[in-house]
Amino acid sequence: MVVIDSIKTGIVIDHITAGLGMKILEYLDIDTTKDTVALIMHAVSSKYGRKDVVKIENVSDIDLAALGIIDPKVTVNYIEDHIIREKVNITVPERVVNIIKCNNPRCVTSVEQGAPQIFHLIDRENREYRCEYCDEIISMKGGYSNEIIHKQWFDR
Amino acid sequence: MLRGRSFLEPMDFSTEELEELFLLADQIIENPEHYTKACEGKLLATLFYEPSTRTRFSFEAAMLRLGGQVIGFSEPSSSSVAKGESISDTIRTVACYADMAVMRHPKEGAPKVAAASTTMPVVNAGDGGHQHPTQTLTDLLTIRKEKGGFDNLVVGLCGDLKFGRTVHSLIKALSRYQNVSFIMISPEELKIPEYVRKEILCRNKIPFEEVENMQEALPKLDVLYMTRVQRERFFNEEDYVRLKDRYILDGAKMKLAKQDMMVLHPLPRVNEIATEVDSDPRALYFKQAKYGMYIRMALIMGLLGIE
Repeated sequence: MVVIDSIKTGIVIDHITAGLGMKILEYLDIDTTKDTVALIMHAVSSKYGRKDVVKIENVSDIDLAALGIIDPKVTVNYIEDHIIREKVNITVPERVVNIIKCNNPRCVTSVEQGAPQIFHLIDRENREYRCEYCDEIISMKGGYSNEIIHKQWFDR
Repeated sequence: MLRGRSFLEPMDFSTEELEELFLLADQIIENPEHYTKACEGKLLATLFYEPSTRTRFSFEAAMLRLGGQVIGFSEPSSSSVAKGESISDTIRTVACYADMAVMRHPKEGAPKVAAASTTMPVVNAGDGGHQHPTQTLTDLLTIRKEKGGFDNLVVGLCGDLKFGRTVHSLIKALSRYQNVSFIMISPEELKIPEYVRKEILCRNKIPFEEVENMQEALPKLDVLYMTRVQRERFFNEEDYVRLKDRYILDGAKMKLAKQDMMVLHPLPRVNEIATEVDSDPRALYFKQAKYGMYIRMALIMGLLGIE
């Protein structure tokens, strides 16, 4: 059995769908040269059979809306002095800004720099979102890596 | 109250607000001389990034007939847009000079970006293959004048329903009235977009059929809305050539239709309505174009807050 120490201060993202831990870590764009990160994949879960877990030391703030889109059943535990200070169950966000990228080439966001990418939830079960500008519908269930805006892209 | 608001899609106004516009348009049609100074001292900016005859002329004619004035461009190469200026910067500049703006743009959602960048009213005169709400006002006014209202209609939409922005806007607008049903006649490749099917028709439980056979649908219709297959929306020429002549309305087909069926078309037409149909009293597309000017006059007065 793989054993990873508990973290003193930071965040533990638990109950990640097995196999999605890497995508979540990639999206969160954690600076692995600075912060200690543990990624556990396919761990046994009494609730889901298998799960991934991500532990990040010394980080106190992450994008919960993005997590809600990628894997809404995760739990985010905020740790302080080895104790869970707060446990947050993620929900699928109703409205997201600059997290999903519209892939409609006819949408104004493909040409207008500075126009925020805004999407509205229209179907919670299928995690379907509608673009604010062109009404194109994107489903975030399943393969979505082209639609998620990586924070580093946006910060350029 | 419509003063100061933008008009980007039909749902921006309630059915009561639309009715106010139709009543004002009726008054303008009845007594146009009464309105020749209504917008004196006001300036309308027309920002047409795509070609237009009817929409641009009807807005400009509307404003001039209200005693107002017009500035603008009819193609982007004649403005700083050619230098790469953003929509947001353009509208913020225009807002320094004009009281309201009308925008047509090839990219979907462009007028929404403009409206978010200014407090001046912005009207969507067509954005890509997305929406064309003032054409919808024109279509609704025409239907209202000929049928007395919008309830209990079977509306046929024929041709390019995928990129046909006038179709999307009209379906959205009519979905709010009682007992309206749709028969959508198109090739498989040009069916209505998913968001129209899902968000408007299915969500509001509106009866609709999607068919490919025009002749079978014609006898059922109260309104037939014809559309052109739009070459400018296709990314490749071969697809356009394959689909463009699929549906042509001619005299023989008109014999299958009800005696009081209305034929509408947002124009321009290519060959999808044969010229022999023009003399049929049910052909209302040129009258429709004229109503477009009057409803735009009412819209301009409403958004500028002129009583």
